[in-house]
Amino acid sequence: MKTKTETPVAAPESNQTRSVKIIGVGGAGVSLLDTLPGDEFAGAGFVAVNTDAPSLDASAAAVKIHLETKLMRGLGTGGDPERGRAIAEEQFSTLKTACESADVVLIIAGLGGGAGSGISPVLARAAKETGALVLAFVTLPFLCEGNRRHQQAQQSLEHLKSVADGVICLPSQKTFKLIDENTSVLETFRITGGLLVEGIRGVWQLLTRPGLIQIHFDDLCALVRNRHSESVFACVEAAGAGRSREVVEKLLAHPLLDEGRALAESDAVLVSLLGGKDLTMAEVNRVMEQIGRHCEHAQIIMGAAVDAEMKNHLSVTVIAAKHNPVAPAESPAAGQSGEPAEQAFPRGAARPSSRCMPQANPFSLQQREQTLAKNAGGRARKSGSRMRQEQLPLAIISKGRFDKSEPTIHKGEDLDIPTYLRRGVPLN
Amino acid sequence: MFDDSNIIVGLEIGTSKICAVVGEQNADPASAGLNIVGLGQSPARGMRKGEIVDAALAEECVRNAIVEAEQMADVEIRSVYLGVTGGHIRGFNNRGVHPVVSADREISDDDVQDVIKNAKAINLPAENTVVHAVRQHFLVDGHDGITNPVGMLGARLEVDMHVVHGNTNRLQNSVRLVKGLQLEVEEIVFNGLASSLALLTSEQKELGALVIDIGGGTTDYVVYADGVIKHTGALALGGDHVSNDLGHGLKVPLSRAEKLKLEHGSALVDEAMKGRTLTLTNELGLPLKTINVEHLQRIMSLRLEEIFQIVAQDLEQAGFTDYLRAGVFLSGGCARSPQIAKLAEPVFQMPVLLGQTNSISGLKSALDQPEFVTAIGLAKFGSLKTRKREGKPSFAQGIKSTIAGFLRR
Repeated sequence: MKTKTETPVAAPESNQTRSVKIIGVGGAGVSLLDTLPGDEFAGAGFVAVNTDAPSLDASAAAVKIHLETKLMRGLGTGGDPERGRAIAEEQFSTLKTACESADVVLIIAGLGGGAGSGISPVLARAAKETGALVLAFVTLPFLCEGNRRHQQAQQSLEHLKSVADGVICLPSQKTFKLIDENTSVLETFRITGGLLVEGIRGVWQLLTRPGLIQIHFDDLCALVRNRHSESVFACVEAAGAGRSREVVEKLLAHPLLDEGRALAESDAVLVSLLGGKDLTMAEVNRVMEQIGRHCEHAQIIMGAAVDAEMKNHLSVTVIAAKHNPVAPAESPAAGQSGEPAEQAFPRGAARPSSRCMPQANPFSLQQREQTLAKNAGGRARKSGSRMRQEQLPLAIISKGRFDKSEPTIHKGEDLDIPTYLRRGVPLN
Repeated sequence: MFDDSNIIVGLEIGTSKICAVVGEQNADPASAGLNIVGLGQSPARGMRKGEIVDAALAEECVRNAIVEAEQMADVEIRSVYLGVTGGHIRGFNNRGVHPVVSADREISDDDVQDVIKNAKAINLPAENTVVHAVRQHFLVDGHDGITNPVGMLGARLEVDMHVVHGNTNRLQNSVRLVKGLQLEVEEIVFNGLASSLALLTSEQKELGALVIDIGGGTTDYVVYADGVIKHTGALALGGDHVSNDLGHGLKVPLSRAEKLKLEHGSALVDEAMKGRTLTLTNELGLPLKTINVEHLQRIMSLRLEEIFQIVAQDLEQAGFTDYLRAGVFLSGGCARSPQIAKLAEPVFQMPVLLGQTNSISGLKSALDQPEFVTAIGLAKFGSLKTRKREGKPSFAQGIKSTIAGFLRR
């Protein structure tokens, strides 16, 4: 990316019919954008969008959009998504121009802060209006980052989901499985970013490589739409003779898939295989069979593609989505006041499946002014979160002689616990 | 003293007891060629859920059982067929495909070997090994139910295999333990399979039968249909769980719970026992505690019923419920629980019987106990294996006959 000259319109390669734009939004989004290796994503247009000038200056993206208004006094959004949203609405046309001429727009953002959470839903809408397919890759904040950021992220995610064609979401908290006691904060963020980049790479390969068994972008969107907010994805690669077996092993050992448990729980799985010209049908079959065995109840969408450069290598990308039976409970922040927060982020779970759908009601000019003026005034924010009583896990039943042995788990039930207790049979 | 070459020993290292059965090969077809001549057993220690947790303790118990069996049969045991079990063992069906390439489309012996090889090439996790790969049926051009395709015509030969596999390290634990006693392990055998060999006649296998072996720590089950193994499974649940539940529910120590289970346990709540209580006494005869017999039986009944339900669910998922025309056969220590067949019948909705090791001769009445079924089955497995081996002429025999042929000329 750093070496390449960028034109707004992605230069279509011989085998590539879609022009793709990758847009990083907010501080996290922009820095993640910079970690994408440019040579691998040749042909994509990189756009950085932020309210914060220093972050944009440091970015290597070809197109930089600095959302600025005098009401901000050059201070960025200050972690308030309302401001981000207001300013994005104000410069809606700029965002729309940036998305123009792209067939597919990939939005990268870290939710929870001001810019990422505020701007990305608006940007997604802008991109939709230009007629592009929109897929968002977002991270959720760590739990320790606090309640407020978490709620902001959730709200923004809901909103983003109602606008974008698909949202792939990585809760940062999951990376705790990948790190140990000594991992530095920087390192941790790099890992989180790396995982997201992995996912983007998988989707990128899916979009650009000639498919033997094609996965349409629509398939991907249908998979992530209307699902649980947290899809999991994993991208693994292996080489050599036993590559198909190795790939499956790595996949099942992938921490984000919870040793394959995530696969078992998910009800829709997309598997994309990318191999060299020597990719055999038997290998494809073997990989799919193994994955299929782990997610018997899921709808599986598979694709296979060939890349001459992938000689002797096999790369598998898996995106698994869980069905979301209930809409997330109303968060206290949104329910607290009748302020814009509530109407600005309607919890529109029911969403028509057609690609052109009604938008969430945008800010009126008046509203926008109001919000900006209010926030710029620097008044103390309302404390978003109330004190909450933590709940301890239910008293653990002693398992007697099986206390220290490997538990016998059957369909999520620990069978070492006496049956009469699990079934609640009273003994009086 | 017997000729050692005819001696076959089955060794089951169970969760609650270790049992070694010494069998002698004979030519009598009525007893399936096996005579039981000795049996040794020892209560097991250092075992949980069918697996070793304290190797030193377990080793001592195995030694005791072997010594007892040696004394009873008056032989020296050199090698054993070792039974294995544990919650990590799984079974699945795999199909191998092989195109028949010869010009006349006649299926040759080589084709059969190839297709079997293909069916055995399965993609298992690296830490797992195959315990058994049992051939089911051949398919020629999609035609099912062919037992011997050699000489038939066809373009495509397939074979179904039932593969039982388990975690290598956990399987090796017991093998190493036995090897540490200077005993050879001829082969490892899944306990469920061994039990089914001892219990089922070929007619029952043909009709379709389910064998459930509920041992101390594990429940192993095997489904036969059309004369071949269709499904296997192992659950890390068993009699230990019943005792543990009793200990928990009645608030008595485990050893006492175990005793109560044996003395007053029942798989169904006995109507006559409702409201009856039992006073436990200490060693001096002083009353310690009063327990309710109905509770005891209810706790036990619930646990056993759950085990059957899990097995039944598994079979239903695998789609074998309708194939079991011969019914369900129970073995293992838990099969001794009174009324257990009555409890299982509504769960499976078919006749449930206590298995009997009919097909073996020897110390019959003493041996026809549910807890010895697995060990007897192991010995039977051994006898079937050795007989198969004898069927083929050995290398030495081959040379002998060739030379004899030359001389005759």
